[in-house]
Amino acid sequence: MSKYRKLTATTALAATLATTLVASPAMAEKLGLGRPALPDEIAAWNKDVSPDGTGLPTGSGNVEDGEVLFADYCAICHGDFAEGVDNWPKLAGGADTLDHEDPLKTVGSYWPYLTTTWDYVNRSMPFGNAQTLTNDEVFAIVAYILYSNDLVDEDFVLSNENLLDVEMPNADGFIIDDRQTSEAHFVRDPCMNDCKDSVEITMRAAVLDVTPEETRARKVQELMDKTNPRVKPATAAAEAPAAEPAATEQPAQEAAGQPAPEAIAAIDPELVAAGEKVFKKCKACHQVGDGAKNKAGPVLTGIVGAPAGAVDGFKYSGAMSEAASGGLVWTPEELTAFLTKPKAYMKKTKMSFAGLRKDSDIEAVIAYLQANGG
Amino acid sequence: MTFGFKGKKPSRRQFLSGAAAVGAGALTATGAKAAGDPLITQVQDWASGTGDGVDASPYGLPIEFESDVRRRNVEWLTADTISSINFTPIHALDGTITPQGCAFERHHSGAIELKKSDYRLMINGLVDTPLVFTYADLERFPRENRVYFCECAANTGMEWAGSQLNGAQFTHGMIHNMEYSGVPLRTLLEEAGLTAAGDLKDKWVYVEGADASSNGRSIPMQKALDDCLVAFKANGEALRKEHGYPVRLVVPGWEGNMWVKWLRRIEVTDQAIESREETSKYTDTLADGTSRKWTWEMDAKSVVTSPSPQAPIRHGHGPLVITGLAWSGRGAITRVDVSKDGGKTWETARLAAPGEQMALTRFYLDTAWNGEEMLLQSRAMDETGYVQPTKNELRAVRGLNSIYHNNCIQTWWIKADGEAENVEVS
Repeated sequence: MSKYRKLTATTALAATLATTLVASPAMAEKLGLGRPALPDEIAAWNKDVSPDGTGLPTGSGNVEDGEVLFADYCAICHGDFAEGVDNWPKLAGGADTLDHEDPLKTVGSYWPYLTTTWDYVNRSMPFGNAQTLTNDEVFAIVAYILYSNDLVDEDFVLSNENLLDVEMPNADGFIIDDRQTSEAHFVRDPCMNDCKDSVEITMRAAVLDVTPEETRARKVQELMDKTNPRVKPATAAAEAPAAEPAATEQPAQEAAGQPAPEAIAAIDPELVAAGEKVFKKCKACHQVGDGAKNKAGPVLTGIVGAPAGAVDGFKYSGAMSEAASGGLVWTPEELTAFLTKPKAYMKKTKMSFAGLRKDSDIEAVIAYLQANGG
Repeated sequence: MTFGFKGKKPSRRQFLSGAAAVGAGALTATGAKAAGDPLITQVQDWASGTGDGVDASPYGLPIEFESDVRRRNVEWLTADTISSINFTPIHALDGTITPQGCAFERHHSGAIELKKSDYRLMINGLVDTPLVFTYADLERFPRENRVYFCECAANTGMEWAGSQLNGAQFTHGMIHNMEYSGVPLRTLLEEAGLTAAGDLKDKWVYVEGADASSNGRSIPMQKALDDCLVAFKANGEALRKEHGYPVRLVVPGWEGNMWVKWLRRIEVTDQAIESREETSKYTDTLADGTSRKWTWEMDAKSVVTSPSPQAPIRHGHGPLVITGLAWSGRGAITRVDVSKDGGKTWETARLAAPGEQMALTRFYLDTAWNGEEMLLQSRAMDETGYVQPTKNELRAVRGLNSIYHNNCIQTWWIKADGEAENVEVS
């Protein structure tokens, strides 16, 4: 093994070069594979921002704009005040809780560098629609997150000029991995006999009872009993050889000879398949089909042709509820208009999605939704 | 060594009553009553008819009777299944290699579909020539085959405060162990040239994925040049979509979050980027509120996979195989001890094969069980002399608010009926 593996993270960084580094890169034999990366290509992907500001583009945004953007793009998961919805991350609060039981780790209470927040919002948010925000919008959203953490005033403007000047409360809250010293006592001779005077059970998983039900051992046994080979019909194996050749042809005959019900026949299966792919963009917030549940967005089973704002248990925006009481029905035409540019169609909709750019994608996803019960 | 059967023999009783019932039916059909197990004395369907042809499953799945052996998730754990995790059914597996189809998944923006023909890998930053590779380019570099475990830093994280989840799959299933085929990261970095980076000692590589989360991580140059692999095959076949098809990074012994999937960019830098995944997450808060960062190595750890809550003892008294897995991010496992009494006394288990560097090791304790309750534990040792600690020993150093890197000794309470429960002991 290499020498490096025996070094700790901390000492490795400080240590003299391990022997693995001795072979000079200049001496390495090149195979001439790959091609030079073009400047525009590097610019397109090289977007990470370092703690010293390397990679931070120019731009600016204020708290006020940030609040509007946050409500549009972020609040559905993170809450209007960055307080978090359900299990989604809380971005604000938690000051001075890190040494308490169950510390609340937010941008304000925990994140050491503001560059990290800018970088993450810029490249990975909004969830399900990443890399659609402009630089100024990212500055504004980050400004609002700071404001929601009481770190800046409401008239604050964040820009590439002052981002490094913002003091993050937990900037000095981190130490580099010290296990090699603080846990050095775990390198030891293990005790084999009389290691303890007594042993008591101090906690049981059964008391909390949070294990998914179907995985309990008894359920598993039931499942195995059900699939025991002895309960298979005795005739199946005997008949199989004769039935087999016919069986492979049957689907084709069925398709040709028995027309499918009209409603299903009207939907092009290829279009539905394409729509299923498009629907991946929607999946972060919407579910469809058997067992679908309301997530950040409502269940979409049977949505095509259904009245708007009518899914049980989903809390719609005021705008959507208003449209619903006005009699809006999700015809393919209305859906097409909505999905092209949601915010243009309905200014205050909760849906943070920017819209589908291609008409063919919209057509496909509507076909997919039609195939799923509506 | 022989084992005597004591106590009840439920299996034999069942067997006799079952034989009597089926035997009565057989009498009317054949006119002769056969004595013994009908599975032996009667001609079974499968011994008479024929099975599937070779065209029945061009790419096979496990037989239906094994349908229980699958990944599971815990719904309450995360807000959503797209940015979430599931668990390897380690309670039902043996050996050390994890089949890809049931190896745990952790995504931050879901498992994306990326074709080989659409795949590009960029190397930029402090290199002599920034390069772009296609998938086909990668296949033309000399490659290696290595077996490594990949463990999520959060494995066993839900157990910090106390016993929570009842099953080895849930307490320890954020791990898999595969044989990777790929190109050393070092080879690719040298292809781009590292002269421009100058002194490599304080340099880093920043790696990111092609998915929306990008999941970037900073890795010290020493590690990048040492043993990291840019892998495209696992267990002999293409990576599965959920494990980063077509290309993922392998960072042996280090936390799974660094094993960037759908790897698209490697940037040589002069500092750690301090991305979201290495500041707000994957850092370890101690009792005084300060937090450890850059805790990359996975400490030595082990768990008994059977018997365990999802794999209780179903047979009668007598011979019992206790088995489990051990691993260390700092090298090879050298020894595993097992305790049946909650850590008062220990006996050394048999390793199925000598421990390998940063790979799972299977251990067995071939023993006898006569219905006595057990507080079953296992304790791993690695080649650095590190001995897996108890949860209380870890808490003494790290406090109660830690999440990641929980490598404590696990206790299963085996009851008189063979059922097992996840417990914590004094």
